[in-house]
Amino acid sequence: MTSLQDRAALVAAVAAQYTEQVDRDGRFPTEALRAMKEHRLLSAFIPKEFGGEGAALADIADVVSILSQSCGSTGMVYAMHQIKTSSLVTHGGASAWHRAFMERICDEQLLLGSATTEGGGIGGNLRNSICAVERKGERFSLEKVGALISYGIQSDAILITARSGPDAPPSDQVMAVFTKDQYTLEQTMKWDALGMRGTCSDGFTFRGEGDAAQIFPNDFGDIAAKSMLPICHILWSAVWYGVAYAAFARAQNFVRAEARRTPNVVPPGALRVAEAANMLQLMKSNTTAAIHRFEKAEQGGEDLGSVGFIVAMNNVKIGASRMACDVINHAMLITGINGYRNDTPYSVGRHMRDAMSAPIMISNDRIFGNMSNLLLMHRIEPSLVA
Amino acid sequence: MDRIRQIIDKHGRLPAKAETLRPQQDLYAAGLTSFAAVQLMLALEEAFDIEFPERMLNRRSFSTIEQIAACINELSPKALAS
Repeated sequence: MTSLQDRAALVAAVAAQYTEQVDRDGRFPTEALRAMKEHRLLSAFIPKEFGGEGAALADIADVVSILSQSCGSTGMVYAMHQIKTSSLVTHGGASAWHRAFMERICDEQLLLGSATTEGGGIGGNLRNSICAVERKGERFSLEKVGALISYGIQSDAILITARSGPDAPPSDQVMAVFTKDQYTLEQTMKWDALGMRGTCSDGFTFRGEGDAAQIFPNDFGDIAAKSMLPICHILWSAVWYGVAYAAFARAQNFVRAEARRTPNVVPPGALRVAEAANMLQLMKSNTTAAIHRFEKAEQGGEDLGSVGFIVAMNNVKIGASRMACDVINHAMLITGINGYRNDTPYSVGRHMRDAMSAPIMISNDRIFGNMSNLLLMHRIEPSLVA
Repeated sequence: MDRIRQIIDKHGRLPAKAETLRPQQDLYAAGLTSFAAVQLMLALEEAFDIEFPERMLNRRSFSTIEQIAACINELSPKALAS
């Protein structure tokens, strides 16, 4: 089999053909998903013993970035699928049901969706649930109202959070897997947004019933702190890097074309290209440093789930989301009217609209709020390299 | 332990009274949020005149009343006796 990155490039080429249509019509990138399944990208993160490739997080992040350079929505869908997969890889190994499910993801190239938010004012707050699982013997059922589920219709299975029982407080959560044949989705809201239009993050009422074995054995707080939070922030940052890189590349092409037309004169936009390249490098270092820290923490020790680790991972998200918008803003200034128009080779409007989701997808203000609390106790490490 | 329970009642924002919690009971499962955990930590530092070092600043240290007592005992063996 060819390398993961080579196969990602083939999928990215498909995504690129349809990205404008996906964006304009707010439709799901069906063709790119079909190519992902054909090239077996959906199971890359799953360990070899279950039929996957056991890819490193760095390689998955690279694939996310490659796809996002062609189509932000496609990259984001793949990132979200891998964030869900990571919960299975990290926490599902102890349970026979989840091990068998990982094999199914590989065999059938299943796309995993996520239902972690719900209505009633808790929307967007990952660590609180209103709904609760109701256990009856070996079975359980769950109803979640007002859940925003990206590509909910296209998902082959959904990982969903809920309180661990009808009497549990909002923060005592579990996560469960439901396969498509086990739930119904009643659509309550249509996704029509500024950017990331192809993620189809519609609102639904979710009703499902399954075997109690489908509930993860660990409590959700543990899953959130140890795998979901870091991998989510790393892979989102990879999406935004990809989107920012694509806009930067267009701006650089624009300036090069100008330089060719007027030899011996450095075009005015060249300085901004240099400035944007600097920000792009910061974005890259930011994300790769987080990948290294996560991979090291996963080997053992106290770092994973510590306050310092959580602060660092939150900072990765904030840094990447802010810089993505700055880079693309530079690209717009460089390309001028050609970038502003939607019909030139230098158009960067879609990139800008996609990237503007970054600071509000888990609002940076809310993250800063949480971090200001954590920094009442945590001291930032003085060492540069540790 | 009683002083810890008093501080939990005041700063832990739990739905249940701390006197009903067993020493080994998971405080996060009982409703302790990460925000309240920080406030609880600051209140414990103030009450027992201690400072939690970095290595204790994790989810586990504040996960049960027994764990909190163990951390305090380690930092200031006499604090809980008084």
